[in-house]
Amino acid sequence: MKELTIDATIKNVAAVTAFVDAQLEQLDCPMKTQMQVDIAIDEVFGNIANYAYTPEVGAVTVRVEIMDNPLAVMITFIDSGVPYDPLAKADPDITLSAEEREIGGLGIYMVKKIMDAVFYEYKEGQNILRIKKNI
Amino acid sequence: MTIEKKQEGTTLTVQLDGRLDTTTAPELEAALKELGDVKELILDFEKLEYISSAGLRVVLVAQKTMNKQGSMKVANVNDTVMEIFEVTGFADILTVI
Repeated sequence: MKELTIDATIKNVAAVTAFVDAQLEQLDCPMKTQMQVDIAIDEVFGNIANYAYTPEVGAVTVRVEIMDNPLAVMITFIDSGVPYDPLAKADPDITLSAEEREIGGLGIYMVKKIMDAVFYEYKEGQNILRIKKNI
Repeated sequence: MTIEKKQEGTTLTVQLDGRLDTTTAPELEAALKELGDVKELILDFEKLEYISSAGLRVVLVAQKTMNKQGSMKVANVNDTVMEIFEVTGFADILTVI
């Protein structure tokens, strides 16, 4: 298990992505899978950076765990910001035309679609979001 | 991400190289702000690694603008990006060539 604690800022999305990619590269993770994990990081960490502590800046802990049988990666994001359950949000209507489209809610919907599992809990003042991807 | 723009007459081709995500989407938004007399916009994704929802938002804004003044095409989309277009319904909104 590897862990990184870092300020929740948009600027740090790249550092978190590089931190997770370094673990995936050791597993011979297919490039497409790694890209999908990177997209999920952008959505989840980006969301925390934009909303969890605004207008203050707070910390996020990112934990990477490798699981066996089947081989999978579990990434946990922990912040102490505003309680927010992204899974409680209704899925967006993806059949609407360009004119009718609103982009809100699309990010977490994409995460649910491209990851194999997403879990959320609020515990002891912390938002804990876990994403799991089979490798 | 790097953005290369090439205008020939009323056709503007925008080539992206890198990742279109929360960090870089504002750069593309700025590059597509002035579409003035552009009648055909081509987004060339040959060197685009992936796109997140922040990038989709900018692509959607461009599509809406071009619906009013011409047309837009998205070219050379890789597997990862195509799958994102499919799961989000963007495959039905965009003209992917």
